Amino acid sequence: MALRPDLAAIAEMIPPGARVLDVGCGDGALLEHLAATKQVDGRGLELSQQNVNACVARGLSVVQGDADADLGEYPSQVFDVAILSQTIQATRNPKAVLGDLLRIGRHVVVSLPNFGHWKVRFALLARGRMPRTTTLCYEWYDTPNIHLCTIADFVDLARKSGAEIAQAMALTPDGSTRPMRPQAWIPNFLAEGAIFLLRPSAQSQKM
Amino acid sequence: MSDPIFLRPLTAPDADKGQAVAFGPDRALTLDSGRVLAPWTQAYMTYGKLNAARSNAILVCHALTGDQFVASAHPVTGKPGWWETMVGPGKPIDTDRFFVICANVIGGCMGSSGPAEINPATGSPYGLDFPLLTVRDMVRAQAMLLDELGIEKLLCVTGGSMGGMQTLQWASSYPERVVSAVPIACAARHSAQNIAFHEVGRQAIMADPDWCGGAYAEKGVQPSKGLAVARMAAHITYLSEAALQRKFGRNLQSRSGISFAFAPDFQVESYLHHQGTSFVDRFDANSYLYITRAMDYFDLAADHGGVLAEAFRGAKTRFCLISFTSDWLFPTAENKRVAHALNAAAATVSFVEIETDRGHDAFLLDEPQMFATMRGFLGAVASREGVA
Repeated sequence: MALRPDLAAIAEMIPPGARVLDVGCGDGALLEHLAATKQVDGRGLELSQQNVNACVARGLSVVQGDADADLGEYPSQVFDVAILSQTIQATRNPKAVLGDLLRIGRHVVVSLPNFGHWKVRFALLARGRMPRTTTLCYEWYDTPNIHLCTIADFVDLARKSGAEIAQAMALTPDGSTRPMRPQAWIPNFLAEGAIFLLRPSAQSQKM
Repeated sequence: MSDPIFLRPLTAPDADKGQAVAFGPDRALTLDSGRVLAPWTQAYMTYGKLNAARSNAILVCHALTGDQFVASAHPVTGKPGWWETMVGPGKPIDTDRFFVICANVIGGCMGSSGPAEINPATGSPYGLDFPLLTVRDMVRAQAMLLDELGIEKLLCVTGGSMGGMQTLQWASSYPERVVSAVPIACAARHSAQNIAFHEVGRQAIMADPDWCGGAYAEKGVQPSKGLAVARMAAHITYLSEAALQRKFGRNLQSRSGISFAFAPDFQVESYLHHQGTSFVDRFDANSYLYITRAMDYFDLAADHGGVLAEAFRGAKTRFCLISFTSDWLFPTAENKRVAHALNAAAATVSFVEIETDRGHDAFLLDEPQMFATMRGFLGAVASREGVA
């Protein structure tokens, strides 16, 4: 099965042979792909028992747990890359989770849906209703996405968390990805989602 | 190899009595207490066939009151093996594919050296002259058994409860011999509450006048009442409040109203009585003292300067930990502690918490998610290791 385009774009960012922690790894598709194509030494953290079982049966090393509760237990700087794909908006404390990831991994990859996308803005502005799009397909009362943000909001949080953005990709509605300037307003208007490669900034490493 | 000696008459004559290795004085077992056991015996069962590469061996470790009859009839009770849902042809631990070994722990009472066996120095049962044991001693004895069987590497070590403790100890003591490990419903240490419950059981045994300071065998008696009470108290800890309520509630036992007397009124009382009395037929009271003590002494971190991760430093073993939501004897938090330590030691670890209301005993019961986890994990390990 072909890898989802956003996961394929994340896989592009991972160097061969890296030690990778995938937080919210789902059924392990990305980890399995990374192990097969890049000889990555991968670990996962996943909430759903069914997904953990699927991962274990694939021969992956996945711990059942919750990003909010369990990342604090991971030792510092043991992973080359920590990945948080389409998960940060569902955490209770995104700032703490991002802080933990920056401590655990030498690099951090975060992908997220963009609440600044024009369709989202339009739904609120024109219809006065909570937006439902292809990437945000829940009703407001049953959504797991409790901390949605725009690309500009996330760029702001990354800066506050002492991270610098090494690479930024926009996820477009046709499923492709393209590099973007994270501070520019156009991607925040046109991209359905974004992928960031972060690293602790030189300044925060000194701290 | 000699036949194992069972102290009690066998009531299931057709059952496979298993095998045993008798280790002579030249192959003494040095214990953590500093004492030396020689000669000594390790009883065991095997299932399936060892392949030519000797790469398909799986060691199953039994719990406190378990034994080597994991997948075949118990020679004393005639009941099915204690983990036949997990181990057997076509089962998650598939004996058509894997060679399964299960050893009776030393200190036990199913043929391995223990307090009920004859002390060669005196010609009478050891009783309390038997040395105190640790989980590490049990594992050391099993390692010597595997040497004897010519098995250098284990594709997997697994077990629940005390079997899980042995599994962790195996991975810590012999990392190069353990390709993968599945510790289930266990912990890297016995908690204060666990020790407390064990002490209740031990005191119940020792308060029975028929215990005779441990020398009951010579007097021709058994501390059956004390051992039954110990089992009853322990059995409650193996279940959950919800499971007890679901199974028994306040249902009365074959009567229409309460009796205003102390004979069992409630079904849950009858159930516990049955658990207690059936246990004494197959288990030795002194063995219960020794093995509970070994569990109390278990603290893997303490053996490594208080840092659990150090117990697994450099481990190449692939781990898969399993816990149960309603297990309050070895709760998920304790299992997770092990998972975090393994992560800190950069070991390869998976962890699954299974949703069930059946408490600690769930590992012995029909839990499809546990079977699916074991099957998937073992399948992946076997194909990685080239085991057909």
